[in-house]
Amino acid sequence: MATINVNLISGRSIQQGVAIEGGKEKPAYRTAAGIIELDPSDFKKLGAWKNTNVRVTSDHGSVVVKAIETTQGPHPGLAFIPMGPWANSIIDPNTYSTGMPTFKGVPVKVDVAINEPILLGIELVQKLCGVK
Amino acid sequence: MTKTVTDVICPFCGTLCDDLEVVVSDDGKQLLEVYNACVIGTEKFLHSQSKDRVTRPRMHQPDGTWKEISYDEAAEYTAQMLAKAKKPLMFGWSSTNCEAQSVGNEIAEITRACCDNTAATCHGTSLIAIQDIGLPSCTLGEIKNRADRVIFWGCNPAHAHPRHMSRYSIFPRGFFTGKGQMSRKLIVVDPRVTDTAKMADVHLQVEQGKDYELFDALRVAFKGEWLPDFVAGIPKEKIREVADMMKSGRFGIIFFGMGVTQSLGKNHNIDAAIAVTKDLNEYTKFSIMPMRGHYNVTGSGEVFGWQFGFPYAVDLTRGFARYNPGDTSTIDLLVRGEVDAMFTIGSDPGAHFPISAVKQFAHIPSVCIDPHLTPTSGVSKLHVPVAFNGVECGGNCYRMDNVPIDCRKVVEPPEGMLTDEQFLIKVRDRVKQLKGAA
Repeated sequence: MATINVNLISGRSIQQGVAIEGGKEKPAYRTAAGIIELDPSDFKKLGAWKNTNVRVTSDHGSVVVKAIETTQGPHPGLAFIPMGPWANSIIDPNTYSTGMPTFKGVPVKVDVAINEPILLGIELVQKLCGVK
Repeated sequence: MTKTVTDVICPFCGTLCDDLEVVVSDDGKQLLEVYNACVIGTEKFLHSQSKDRVTRPRMHQPDGTWKEISYDEAAEYTAQMLAKAKKPLMFGWSSTNCEAQSVGNEIAEITRACCDNTAATCHGTSLIAIQDIGLPSCTLGEIKNRADRVIFWGCNPAHAHPRHMSRYSIFPRGFFTGKGQMSRKLIVVDPRVTDTAKMADVHLQVEQGKDYELFDALRVAFKGEWLPDFVAGIPKEKIREVADMMKSGRFGIIFFGMGVTQSLGKNHNIDAAIAVTKDLNEYTKFSIMPMRGHYNVTGSGEVFGWQFGFPYAVDLTRGFARYNPGDTSTIDLLVRGEVDAMFTIGSDPGAHFPISAVKQFAHIPSVCIDPHLTPTSGVSKLHVPVAFNGVECGGNCYRMDNVPIDCRKVVEPPEGMLTDEQFLIKVRDRVKQLKGAA
């Protein structure tokens, strides 16, 4: 199994929208937003099955999410994590004096992490902040 | 027996659909069915009825448990926190009504707070660009009736504004657009083949982060000047085809979203988009509009605008309003560790801010006013659940085209729950006493 380097963007998906209105404490939120959408060609390079847990790492952090095949592709070299705490654990907080963090266009590397758990949304933020 | 409430406003996204029908029980206490809304709006209405909803304020205890307290105690904690802080931050406002925003601004003025809304992470950069070069815009009604060229640039309404296309931009049959979709050309610019792009007449799969280059290439193409073979991954023939398509319309509209506001270049991308619109007005009529996310983020900008003079990132610490994105904007304030009290209402920075900013407010006095359990409530010292705006209380809000619309109350909130506005009035009155401003 290999490590791949991709360009990460985050954004809205309708499943994520439904999940936030249905309750962010529920596992459905993790199912909707604790994922990374990869192009089939990037899956081949990664050498992993679809729906495998992966660790995504940038200069700003690291998070475990489920890798799924994109439904809005092809977009080789580009990866998508729906907006939420999973994406925001690794995006670039630099605003370049505009007030806006760089939510899109963050270089990340993706490794298979088959045995690592994907945390629930609230749990993930609490853990990263050191709050019970 | 049940009764049906018609013409209900949906409080999810900036499209503010106003044709929902909601079935409620005869005593007005239970919400049973929602018609006409998208899947997200329906979920929002139905979730207000969930059995596991938190209905009283809760204090986070040192051992990680929560202790239930009264609204009066919650207001006291909030007022004390804001009054004592040197640089409190009051963030959110986008999922509440304009009346509550106005009360919040009073509190901010008395406590000399920094105030910001969710434009910080969505269209803040658009607001900077609008201040730079203006915004030739229109209303959604004009688009429905007139637009025959529709461009979605860096936005995916099929996912984020699910009924936008059926109500205003693609499918409706308007006065001059009698054939609906057949009378419009749809152009989508996105690095992914989004579900919106799949419907487009032309999809430009731009290289991520190269929007500025493509906007500029279009401006060159309008004038028929020389272009390199590829710009931002798009062949020049395609760019010229799209430029001609835009110029040949009778009325065009560019909708833009997070793809341009959050990618590198930021406000300069929007500058370029507005310049494209300006150029096109030499050939035909063109407008441009940001796809606002939260249902009342536009209203928050309006209320900040008429009360403080700036639409977001307002700093009142010196006793008068200052605005300097990068300095007075929420993410920068938090990441620099300047804030000593965090007040959140009608938004979820815990989930939607970079984690380095969240870490900063997880360890200072904090209040989260939100009907839901969220990552923000999970790291806040005090969580104050309130009635759902637009479901359990009415109030004014602004659609993405700056049209004010009054939301409707369709169902009673659970017994004894306050609305945002009622809770803020309690806090305001107490803050006035503490600061001797009464």
